Amino acid sequence: MKKTPLYEKHVALNAKIIDFGGWAMPVQYTNVINEHRATRGAAGLFDICHMGEIEVKGPQALDLLQLVLTRNLADQTPGQVKLSALLNEEGGIIDDLTVYKLDENSYMLVTNATPKDRDWQWIKSIQRDKGFDCSLKDISDTMGKLDLQGPLSEEILQKLTKADLKTLRFYHFCESPVIGFPAIISRSGYTGEDGFEIYAAADIIGNIWDELIIAGAQSGLKPAGLGARDTLRLEAGMMLNGQDMNESVSPLEVPYSWIVDAHKEFVGKTALMARKNSGIGNKLVGIEMTGRGIARHGYKVFHGGKEIGIVTSGTFSPTLSKAIGLAFVDMVYSAPDTQITVAIRDTMTPAKIVKLPFYKRSK
Amino acid sequence: MSKPNPTDRLYSRDHEWVKDNGDGTAIIGITDYAQEMLTDIVFVELPEIGKVVAKSEPVAVVESVKSVSDVYAPVSGEVIDVNKKLENTPELINQDAFGEGWLVKMRLSDAGELKMLLSAADYEQMLKEEKH
Repeated sequence: MKKTPLYEKHVALNAKIIDFGGWAMPVQYTNVINEHRATRGAAGLFDICHMGEIEVKGPQALDLLQLVLTRNLADQTPGQVKLSALLNEEGGIIDDLTVYKLDENSYMLVTNATPKDRDWQWIKSIQRDKGFDCSLKDISDTMGKLDLQGPLSEEILQKLTKADLKTLRFYHFCESPVIGFPAIISRSGYTGEDGFEIYAAADIIGNIWDELIIAGAQSGLKPAGLGARDTLRLEAGMMLNGQDMNESVSPLEVPYSWIVDAHKEFVGKTALMARKNSGIGNKLVGIEMTGRGIARHGYKVFHGGKEIGIVTSGTFSPTLSKAIGLAFVDMVYSAPDTQITVAIRDTMTPAKIVKLPFYKRSK
Repeated sequence: MSKPNPTDRLYSRDHEWVKDNGDGTAIIGITDYAQEMLTDIVFVELPEIGKVVAKSEPVAVVESVKSVSDVYAPVSGEVIDVNKKLENTPELINQDAFGEGWLVKMRLSDAGELKMLLSAADYEQMLKEEKH
């Protein structure tokens, strides 16, 4: 398994380590509920070094990204982050990634860990085919990433940087040193809380980790593992690539229509529009268990005895104290408040379709 | 660190404990080591009273936030009581695995099976070996 630069720190903290897409990652340090609540109530610190970063630079960098990504990036300003989808020719989602516009003609793509190499090869092959004048560089191995998430993130991180974090808006970033090391500070995340994604060189990311732990000790900051990351993102109604979607699923079937701009050309658009015209059969929706039990990935969903779909993510929500999930269901049964049942082992357990997100922070 | 394993009961290799009541019935639960491994228990599925289970068959399901784990019957018999408190307070297993967090009471169909279980000392020895 591959190890992040912070691996030894996780071991020293007695974390439970799991294999996440070939990476040895901490799933929890104490337990998921503690780390989840620390993040919602104060701050959680996550090792996200496993995610990928790809630099795209050159006069035609934007032309390439406009062609490979579904989102219209024409109006993106330097310092802005945009979530987008990378599709295959059939309109299926290869990855959902964020685009950082560093400067005119200079971008950083932040990819999920598992599809990173696939992303790289796909984007590279399109760049070669079209002969776009720009360079691509996979900087994942030299770039570290920490997510600091939770309502106290700003006051904790402010102790370590001169950047004025108060003025940094959501889905915007600045390039500013953290404890003296060059870094990108982005106000964004995957938890539904205020917070930051911090990028800095892999060889010093451990220093920033240590200083954040110290700076946040009084505020209740805790290191948090992938277990809490999963329950936090699910409460916030966010999808996990490879679990809630894959290359056979299009953005129209999941809550990603908003990142598709049909007014521009992009790879996969023809197939996507054909899918749209022939009618979308299934839809990813939120579900909440009304009977006793927890829906889990792979459990079947029924309506009046008829199988209508499958659970893609499911857990016990620590914030709401109930079982929630995401499920792919037949469009016909996808309206909120539709009563369904989930087959949990031998029991047909009542549940209902609900609107996403499950949890929204109070501003 | 796990709590000490009480010497008034027997243990299975799957981390269940069996407390023989001496009247042909026994109380069954999971060990403190098991709850520590599972961490935050958020749901317990208990069998119906009257269910007959064979040794090594699933008798209950314990779920943490992340995982779903079967609890295997360490002995054969009929379920004659279940710990209903676990329906609303599954965390009792985390708090008191050897006491308030018990799972089921069974009428043993073959008391001889008890001889195949481990003593507290043997169970602790097994845990030590597992860790290496």
